[in-house]
Amino acid sequence: MKRKNKFSMPVKYLLLILSSICIFLCILSFTDLSAAPYLKNITGYVLVPSQQGLNHIGQWFSEKADNLEQLKEVMAENEALRKQNNALMEENSRLALERTELEELRQIYKLDETYDYPKIMAKVIGKDPGNWFQIFQIDKGSADGIKVDMNVISGNGLVGIVTSVSEHSAVVRSIIDDSSNVSAEFSLTSDICNVAGDLSLMNEGKIRVEDISKDAGVEPGNTVVTSHISTKFLPGILIGYVSDISIDANNLTKSGYVTPVVDFEHLTYVLVITELKQK
Amino acid sequence: MLRKLFTGFCLVAAFLLQVTLFQSLSLASTKPNLILIVVFIFGFMRGKKAGIWVGFFGGLLLDIYYGDSIGFYAMIYMYIGALNGVFYKLFYDEDITLPLALIFGSNILYGFSVYVIRFLLRNRLDFGYYFQHVIVAETIYTMLAAIVIYRPLLKVNRILEAIEKRSASKFG
Repeated sequence: MKRKNKFSMPVKYLLLILSSICIFLCILSFTDLSAAPYLKNITGYVLVPSQQGLNHIGQWFSEKADNLEQLKEVMAENEALRKQNNALMEENSRLALERTELEELRQIYKLDETYDYPKIMAKVIGKDPGNWFQIFQIDKGSADGIKVDMNVISGNGLVGIVTSVSEHSAVVRSIIDDSSNVSAEFSLTSDICNVAGDLSLMNEGKIRVEDISKDAGVEPGNTVVTSHISTKFLPGILIGYVSDISIDANNLTKSGYVTPVVDFEHLTYVLVITELKQK
Repeated sequence: MLRKLFTGFCLVAAFLLQVTLFQSLSLASTKPNLILIVVFIFGFMRGKKAGIWVGFFGGLLLDIYYGDSIGFYAMIYMYIGALNGVFYKLFYDEDITLPLALIFGSNILYGFSVYVIRFLLRNRLDFGYYFQHVIVAETIYTMLAAIVIYRPLLKVNRILEAIEKRSASKFG
C-alpha cells in the first residue's frame, strides 16, 4: 500500500520528537503553565456525557450480580439481626440516658461544634483505568464552584480531596490511594497522627496510620478524625477506626491500621465540601 | 481517513469502557488494561508508526484525566506501541500465541515502568507484592480480554484494508 503523503519521517526521529514533547509536557505539569486544564476542557465536552451514560450500564450489571448474592446473605443476616436487635434495644436506652448527659455537658463547655460545612452533591462518573491508583472523576467542576483542595466526604466519612478541576468535572484522590497522606488525630485523646494510603493494604480494606506518639493512650477501636493542624483537610471529619497498634522499630512512635468508614468499592455519590481550609 | 476515525473511535471507546463499565466488572479489584490492548493491536497490525501514534494519543487521554503529570502515560504507551510494531513483520492473521505473548510482555513492561517511576521512587520497595497482586493479576485479566477483542478487531482491519486497496486501485 502506498502512502499518500510524500514526506515520511523515519521512526527514530518520530520517537525522539514525541518523547521530547512528553518530557516537556511533564516538566510543564509541575509549573503554573500546565496544559492539563485546557486539554481537559476540550476533551471534556465529549467524554463527560458519554461516561455518565456508560456508568448507568455498569451499574445495571453490578446490581444484577449483587441481587443474587444478596438473596443468600439476607436470609442469614436476618437471623443475626434479630439477635442483634435485642442487644441494641438495651444499649439504646442506656445511650439515650448518656446522650442527655452529654448535651448538658456540651452546653456547659460550649463545645457544641458540629462541623456543618456547605456541601455539593456530585456523582462519580469514572474511576482510574489502571490498578495502581485510587482516583476517580466526579461530574461537578469549576462551573459548580469546585476548587482544588476541597474535601470530599461520603455519608459519614472522609473520601478524599480534589486534585484537579475542569469546567464540568473534577478529579478526586481518595484517602486509600498509595500517595495519599492525611494529617489526623484521635478524637478521644487529640493525639496527632498521619493516615497514609497503601496499595498493599487496599484489598484488606485498611489504611496505615503512622507517627503516633509513643506515649499516646490509643486503643483499638478509637475513632480517627482529620486534625486541626492539617493544611488542606477541615478538622473533625471522621476517617475510621484504628486497630493493631504496635511500637515502631525506632522506639519513638507507634503505628497501626485504620479501617475507613467509607465503602470505597461502591462509591456512587459523594459530597464535596465547598469550604477550603485555607482561604 | 476512515482508518484514522476508526482508530480514534477504538481508543476513546477503550478509555470510556475502562473508566466506567469495567469498574463494575473488575475481579478482585483488578481491571483489564483495554487501552494497552488497542495500542498493541494497532502497533502489531499496522507497524511501528501506527503504534507510536496510537500509544501517544491513548496515553495522553489517560494523562489528561487520571495522570499525575501530562506526558507520563503517553511516553510509556508510545514506546509499547513502537516495540509491538517491531513484530509487525511476524504478523499473521490466524496466529494467536504470538499476540498473547506480546500482550503479556507489554503489560508486564507497562506495570514495571509504572512501579519504578511512581512507586519505587517513593520508597515502596516490596516489589514482590506489587508484581504478584497488581502486575500479574492485571496481565492475566488483560490477556483474557484480548482473546475476546482481538479477532473482531482483526476482521475490521481486514475490511478496512480491502476498502483502502479498492480506492487505491481506483486512483492509482
